Amino acid sequence: MSDTGNAPLLRAAGLRKEYGKGEGLVRAVDGVDLDVARGETLAVMGPSGCGKSTLLHLLGGLDRPSGGELWLAGRRIDHLGERALAGLRRDTIGFVFQAFHLMDELTAVENVELPALLAGRSARPARRRAAELLDQVGLADRARFLPSALSGGQRQRVAVARALVSDPQVVLADEPTGNLDSQATLEVLRLLEHLHAAGQTLVIVTHDSRIAATADRLISMRDGAFVDETRLTGGSTGNLGGLAGLTEMCEREA
Amino acid sequence: MQQEVILAMLAKEPSHGYQLRARLRQALGPLGDAMNDGQVYVTLTRLEKAGLVASEQAEAPDRPDRKVYVLTAAGHQKVADWLAEVAWPRPDLTEFHLKLIAAASAGLADPLAIVDAQRRELLRRLRDAQRAALAEPGGSAAGLLLEGIVLRLQADLHWLEACERNWTGRRNRS
Repeated sequence: MSDTGNAPLLRAAGLRKEYGKGEGLVRAVDGVDLDVARGETLAVMGPSGCGKSTLLHLLGGLDRPSGGELWLAGRRIDHLGERALAGLRRDTIGFVFQAFHLMDELTAVENVELPALLAGRSARPARRRAAELLDQVGLADRARFLPSALSGGQRQRVAVARALVSDPQVVLADEPTGNLDSQATLEVLRLLEHLHAAGQTLVIVTHDSRIAATADRLISMRDGAFVDETRLTGGSTGNLGGLAGLTEMCEREA
Repeated sequence: MQQEVILAMLAKEPSHGYQLRARLRQALGPLGDAMNDGQVYVTLTRLEKAGLVASEQAEAPDRPDRKVYVLTAAGHQKVADWLAEVAWPRPDLTEFHLKLIAAASAGLADPLAIVDAQRRELLRRLRDAQRAALAEPGGSAAGLLLEGIVLRLQADLHWLEACERNWTGRRNRS
């Protein structure tokens, strides 16, 4: 499989993750087939314990599958050794977590540049890129703030900037608004819409229907398997008036 | 068009039909696209027959639309009653709920498939409403209405999650 043309950026075939044995066997991910196109935003929803977070960890090489195949940018990655996997995570995948996972003792810009420095980029370009990204997420004036001085929404925007610092092929987000109030959710929502428009490939595991509604495609998971798929792009209802009860109001004759 | 809405707009000042239409459009933003412009005139005609508004010819012979509409005393009373009335649109959850029960008990369809189909539709609507809401400038009247639609859709989607849990549980127990 080559990394050209219309080949999916991310592909899973018969992907499985099992825990325990015999009677206690849990099939957290139970035979998932998935293609994610370049530039696509995919959302995965499902009840707690349906395996969606485990799936995301498998896709990002944070966890190893029990079976099946996984491809990223034309390269098979389910058999990679620990060192190669760590390199892959660092260079090609950006992660955004529910709990932000920022370093408390580093400023916003230091948090953002950290992965670039760890990847061997020199200090100056790393800082420049980090500053650019903070500007993109609307936090240029917060670059020297510690996470403790930022709101939840701002912290998550810093985390998104950090996920982007290595120009990843795909950003994987695990409940990115799970710890945020509705105003902060809106900030992250606008940012995700922006990334989507800029052509970033995104896979988002979420409980939040507002976040899911930004996706091109939505997959519902139950018991470790995909049970439903919705394409949200195109096929618009084109009837906002109906949503507001406006149509009914217009037709009603008091 | 709901008669009370038109009446209440006339309570501000006597107006031409096209002025009412423009004010409605401004309040509704992109949602107003669903509105048929003729509806305002149809409603005005009905209101006039009912004695709730009166019309007079304005001194503007160059305009085809010369009628100016004015509230009558009865019209004023109707507006006051409408403003004092407490009403809230009923979401039709009962029908959906009974549909799931009927589908399951008669073995006609998988209730979870019905939930999935409903979710697909609501998510498409949520996407449309959210896009439109994000496109509105801060503080716009239409943005506030769109926010309400988004919140209601979210509530409906939460309830669908509860439906999903419930019907998954029943299936696993049976």
